[in-house]
Amino acid sequence: MDRVAETERTLYPYVTGSSVVAIKYKDGILMAADMGGSYGSTLRYKSVERVKPIGKHSLLGASGEISDFQEILRYLDELILYDNMWDDGNSLGPKEVHNYLTRVMYNRRNKFNPLWNALVLGGVKNGQKYLGMVNMIGINFEDNHVATGLGNHLARPILRDEWHENLTFEEGVKLLEKCMRVLLYRDRSAVNKIQISKITEEGATVFPPFSLKTYWEFSAFKNPTLGAEGSW
Amino acid sequence: MTKQQANWSPYDNNGGSCVAIAGADYCVVAADTRMSTGYNILTRDYSKISQLAEKCVMASSGFQADVKALQKALSARHLIYQHQHNKQMSCPAMGQLLSNTLYYKRFFPYYAFNVLGGLDNEGKGCVFTYDAVGSYERVGYSSQGSGSTLIMPFLDNQLKSPSPLLLPAKDAVTPLSETEAVDLVKTVFASATERDIYTGDKVEIVILNASGIRREYMELRKD
Repeated sequence: MDRVAETERTLYPYVTGSSVVAIKYKDGILMAADMGGSYGSTLRYKSVERVKPIGKHSLLGASGEISDFQEILRYLDELILYDNMWDDGNSLGPKEVHNYLTRVMYNRRNKFNPLWNALVLGGVKNGQKYLGMVNMIGINFEDNHVATGLGNHLARPILRDEWHENLTFEEGVKLLEKCMRVLLYRDRSAVNKIQISKITEEGATVFPPFSLKTYWEFSAFKNPTLGAEGSW
Repeated sequence: MTKQQANWSPYDNNGGSCVAIAGADYCVVAADTRMSTGYNILTRDYSKISQLAEKCVMASSGFQADVKALQKALSARHLIYQHQHNKQMSCPAMGQLLSNTLYYKRFFPYYAFNVLGGLDNEGKGCVFTYDAVGSYERVGYSSQGSGSTLIMPFLDNQLKSPSPLLLPAKDAVTPLSETEAVDLVKTVFASATERDIYTGDKVEIVILNASGIRREYMELRKD
C-alpha cells in the first residue's frame, strides 16, 4: 500500500462523539446521545447533533468520527432521494436503511478504509419496531436495547435489569436519563448537554438539548485518595 | 495529535460454539446464541445457524460480519443453482461450494469457522467440518468455534467414531438415536458454557430428518 493512499484513509479518528444509548418502548424507539465532539482528549465541539432522522421511519445515532458520520448522512440523503423519485408510494423502512448501512460499513472495511463509527438505527414502520447497530468493521445485530462505546459497559447492564416491553414514554426517558447520568459521571469525554429523540408511527422528534442534575458533593468525590496510602 | 488507539484491525472474534452430529437417518446441528466482543456481550439472541438448502444447514462462529457475508454469498449461489437446475442443492454439493467460497478468499480470509450438516442423497446424515480457508472433511460429528476445545474431546469420548484409516472404510455416522443425539448436544453446550465465556445464553438446535426440519431451544447460563 503506498504512502499517499494511506493518508486518505481513516486509520484513526480525529473528532469523535461518545456513547449513544437507545431502547424500544411502548410506541417506538427512544435514543439518547450527548452533544460533545472530542479532538483527542480535548473537548473541541459542544453542540454536535449525533442523532438524525432518516427518511420517514428511521432515526440514526452515531458515535466515533463525526466527519464520517456526516458523510454517511450524505449517502443516506441520496439514498432516500433516489428512492423518493420512484414516486410509487413506497419508502425505505428502518430495516432497509440498517441493511444498507451494514453493507456500506462492511464494504469500506473490506477496502481497508473504514468509516470510523458505531451506528445505532431505530425506527417504526407498519407497527413494527426496529432497533439495530453496526460498527466500523460491519458487525451488526438487532436487540431491544443497544449502546455504543462505553455505553456497552455502563448502560447496558442497567438496561438489562430495568428494560421491559411496555415502557411508557416517560419511563423510557427516565431510564435513558439514568444511563446518561452514569455515563456523565464515569465517561471522561461525556458532556452534560444531552439530546433525546423519539420515533413512533407518527414520525421522528429530536427534542431540544437539556442538562442532567448532578451531585458531586460525595466525600469520595471530594477527596478520592483519602485513606489510599502512598497516593497523592 | 499522537495516535491513541492500537492499529486498526479489519477482524474481530465474536465467539460462539457450533456442533453437528450425523446419524443414520437424521442430522443435528446446533449453536449457541451469544454474540460477544472482548469481555462485552453484544447480544444474547443472535442465531448463528443458516439454512442454505432444503436439507442443508450451516452453523458458523468467528467474525460475525464475515459470517453474514459468507451466508449471503452462499444463499445467492444457491438461488442461481435453483434457477439453473430446477432443484435444491445436495448437502455434499453445498459442502464443496462452501470450501471453494472460503478458499476464494485465501489471502484475505473470511474469519469464519463452520460446520455444515444435513442429509445426503441417500437420506443419511452428513456433517462437513471446515477451517477458515476452506480445508474440509466429511465426518460423523464435529464441533467448531470458541468452545470446540471443550466439546470435541467430549464428543470423541461419547461417540467413538471408527478410525478414518480403517480399510475397508467404515461408516462415520454415529450409532445414537435422534433423541439421544439431541440430549448429547444439550449436555455438551451446558458443559462448554461452564468454562467458555464466549458460549452461553441459549442453544439453538436444528434437527433434520425424513419428515423435514425442526428447531429446539434450551436456555444456558447467562454469566
